[in-house]
Amino acid sequence: MAKIISGKEAATLVKPGSSLMLSGFLVAGAPVYLIDCLVENGVDSLHVVTISTDYDNKGVGRLITSKQIKSLQVSHIGTNRTTQKQYKNKDISIEFVPQGILVERIRTAGAGLGGFYSPVGVGTTVAEGKETLEENGKIYILERPISADVAFISAKKADKLGNLVYHRTARNSNPSMAMGATITVAEVDEIVEPGEISPERVGTPGVFVDYLVKKGE
Amino acid sequence: MDKKQKRERIQKRIAREFKDGDYVNLGIGLPTGVADFIPDEVTIHFQSENGIMGVGPKPPAGEEIPDLINAGGGPITAKDGASFFDSVTSFSIIRGGHIDFTVLGTLQVDARGNVANWSIPGKIVPGMGGAMDLVSGAKQVIIATLHLDKYGKSKIMKECTLPLTGKGVVNLIVTDMAVIKVVEDGLKLIDIAEDTTIEKVVEATEPQLIIPDKVGIFS
Repeated sequence: MAKIISGKEAATLVKPGSSLMLSGFLVAGAPVYLIDCLVENGVDSLHVVTISTDYDNKGVGRLITSKQIKSLQVSHIGTNRTTQKQYKNKDISIEFVPQGILVERIRTAGAGLGGFYSPVGVGTTVAEGKETLEENGKIYILERPISADVAFISAKKADKLGNLVYHRTARNSNPSMAMGATITVAEVDEIVEPGEISPERVGTPGVFVDYLVKKGE
Repeated sequence: MDKKQKRERIQKRIAREFKDGDYVNLGIGLPTGVADFIPDEVTIHFQSENGIMGVGPKPPAGEEIPDLINAGGGPITAKDGASFFDSVTSFSIIRGGHIDFTVLGTLQVDARGNVANWSIPGKIVPGMGGAMDLVSGAKQVIIATLHLDKYGKSKIMKECTLPLTGKGVVNLIVTDMAVIKVVEDGLKLIDIAEDTTIEKVVEATEPQLIIPDKVGIFS
């Protein structure tokens, strides 16, 4: 059973210096209400894991503008000038991770694995300092899991057991982040009774979800 | 020819590479426009790495859905037979060799098939997004680029000087002047644009080109 809490309560689960996964791809599928609650709460020195920092003061970008993030594991910041400025001024430290490898490392953490060998970024800065494996003439690098204290994710609908239904391309990093963190909070538009969501339609099983927040509450 | 016409020429030429039924991922910017030049009788399944196979055209104004976007964040539609999936599945499709072509823009590309398009250290570092996964896993990697940068310098180099996105991964380079294939011993000229000559292409290209007996022409 997922516990239904307010956005304000959810924000208190994130402590100063916490690692935090934020789902979404250019705002689609991002936990925008929970991000608003974090901005209001003001908790800072966060380490954030996310696909992109969205736009200036929008989506994940709100926490960039409010300077609550000290470090990032991210694949793209090109759509947010404030992130680029903070990175250039060394106000924020960044590990750039190829997008597919980022979500796979998160999934790996959630799936109880110790890492995986990947061909992505061989011969680039991504491979620096990583163990390698040669198999049939091809070189792979060892990628380690990425976990976090808390994941804030979002979905269209949930039942009270935490089963989630996603909408179109807003699924993106939500299922992997749901399993990758110690505590998972899902923000949803609607919360229904168990049985109202067909088991066939469940995008993330409720076993991965600890808390539900109804958007705006 | 203005910049828009040059870009359209590149897009049109790349569209000819695909065959009916191919699965294709188009990068942001110049590559996105390739979709506008697919002949009616050819069906291409376009993937966008944020989680859709079967990308359809841009919706009419007022019918945009915030939860239905492409990798550039722009509104799209889903074609009949489209599917949605999460990022882990999306990149399994990409890395696992299930995509026939990826088309990417670039800052630099070189004679060994190296490509650099994610970072200009000290100036601007947008990040690689999905590009490193794409060049690692797609069956064919096509680079779409203007032949010369804004200073008139060749974007095709002997050796990339910027941080690489992929090493030895490029198969084909399509510019407003030429179509160039990356082969074992360097770069082989395939086609030249109708308004240029082999000599001009050679002059505009930093590394040496292998010139076969037969070179095609594209418009």
